Amino acid sequence: MSVILMSMLIGLGVALFGFTLQTTIGGINRKVVGRMQKRYGPKWYQEFLDIFKALSKRAISHGWIYDFGVIMAVGGITATAMFMPITDSLVAFAGYDNFFIFVYLLAVGMLGMAMSASGSGNPLASIGVMRALTQMLAYEVPFMVVVITIIKVSGTSSLTGIMEFQQANGWFALSLPIGFGVAFLSLLGMLGKKPFETYIAPSEIASGPMVEYGGKQLGLLFVMHEIATFIEVSLFVHLFLGGASNIIEFLAKYFIVYTVANLISNLNGRFKIDQVVVFFYKWPLALAVLQAIWVLWR
Amino acid sequence: MENKKLTQAQMDTKWTELGDFFRRKSIWMLMYCTGCCAIELPQAMTSAYDMERLGMGPMATPRQADVLLITGYLSLKTLRRLVYTYEQMSEPKYVVAFGPCVINGGIYHDSHAVLNRLDHYLPIDVYISGCMPNPESVMNGFTDLMDLIKNKTAVGWKNYRDNNEWYKKNQMDALGEVFVHDEFHE
Repeated sequence: MSVILMSMLIGLGVALFGFTLQTTIGGINRKVVGRMQKRYGPKWYQEFLDIFKALSKRAISHGWIYDFGVIMAVGGITATAMFMPITDSLVAFAGYDNFFIFVYLLAVGMLGMAMSASGSGNPLASIGVMRALTQMLAYEVPFMVVVITIIKVSGTSSLTGIMEFQQANGWFALSLPIGFGVAFLSLLGMLGKKPFETYIAPSEIASGPMVEYGGKQLGLLFVMHEIATFIEVSLFVHLFLGGASNIIEFLAKYFIVYTVANLISNLNGRFKIDQVVVFFYKWPLALAVLQAIWVLWR
Repeated sequence: MENKKLTQAQMDTKWTELGDFFRRKSIWMLMYCTGCCAIELPQAMTSAYDMERLGMGPMATPRQADVLLITGYLSLKTLRRLVYTYEQMSEPKYVVAFGPCVINGGIYHDSHAVLNRLDHYLPIDVYISGCMPNPESVMNGFTDLMDLIKNKTAVGWKNYRDNNEWYKKNQMDALGEVFVHDEFHE
């Protein structure tokens, strides 16, 4: 009993850590982009101010589906983050950090947001949700092919297991370089970074699913977005960059991956949604399959 | 024991002050750029004056925004959309008006299509002077808005709620009917 309680407390701590980490690094990245554009840039804690400001405003409701979906999104994402290992020894539920847990539980949060956005009744929100799901269909296929190759090579689908395999045999970023590149493109799609920012598109569909959100619901969605980004970037670090044996190493790898993704994002324009799907189904998928065949039959 | 415990009103004041701290450090703008003063905003937003260092940024929809920027003159046809937009924003909300056109009609004061005094129709928190205001004045106006929020004097949204009949009557006098159900026809 007390072991389960302790694990849940550690898990909640991991989710809170992920929120704090990603919000800080998001703020630092806004400053990095500012310096890149020869601006001074905002404060490093600007993202915290934005989130707490949104939570301090008054909110209207568009019906109980709209409110319930937001809570489901935050709850689902927090539950997903609770399973995420930070280092190879620091994991809340040891033995339950299977890769597929993240794939399935991440969908709960995303579907909560989709339900809530559709519940607002705005046509632009429906377009945004439709684009988000289409894009998910596009980037998941090459990403899954790469991850299944990794699972085949390392013989386990546990994130801690994959981490330990890499620490013994070298990073997958080096031994599967094609898959690393494909997965990085998929990561850009997952994070909604610029070439694949299709479902947010502020100037085209007025920020898509978020179009009707204001005040407290918007604040909760920002919290959800920060934790989701933490999960996706951490997955990438654990799968390809050998995880981390201590927390400093994790922070360094996390910061590098997120910053590189953000810098690439700021150099690009935006694809149309059909271009996104065709892009992911053409080269990344072909390369991922080619690498899978090469790994299986070498 | 009694004087240590805060009353409900004192607690509310403390929460409002905490909220005001966040609200003045992070201002999201909704730009209603139908007038010519809008051309001064890109300089204020980009590298030269860098509005983001004050925590300000553009937002896509009225629901997400805190401050409504009205850049320049306002015609009869745009007033109805402006009222829709303003009423969709979530409270607390502020309005910043650019140029002389929102005060007395500016150079278009004698046109049949232009409204002369905007504060009859919507509550204005900050006016920025100049035709057009240069980016320094724009930035100065935004820091003024932050000071007003700090001093609890940016209360336009409360005035709009308290004097709603007066504002609605003025809007009705100008427009005939404020809310039309079919948005494609006047």
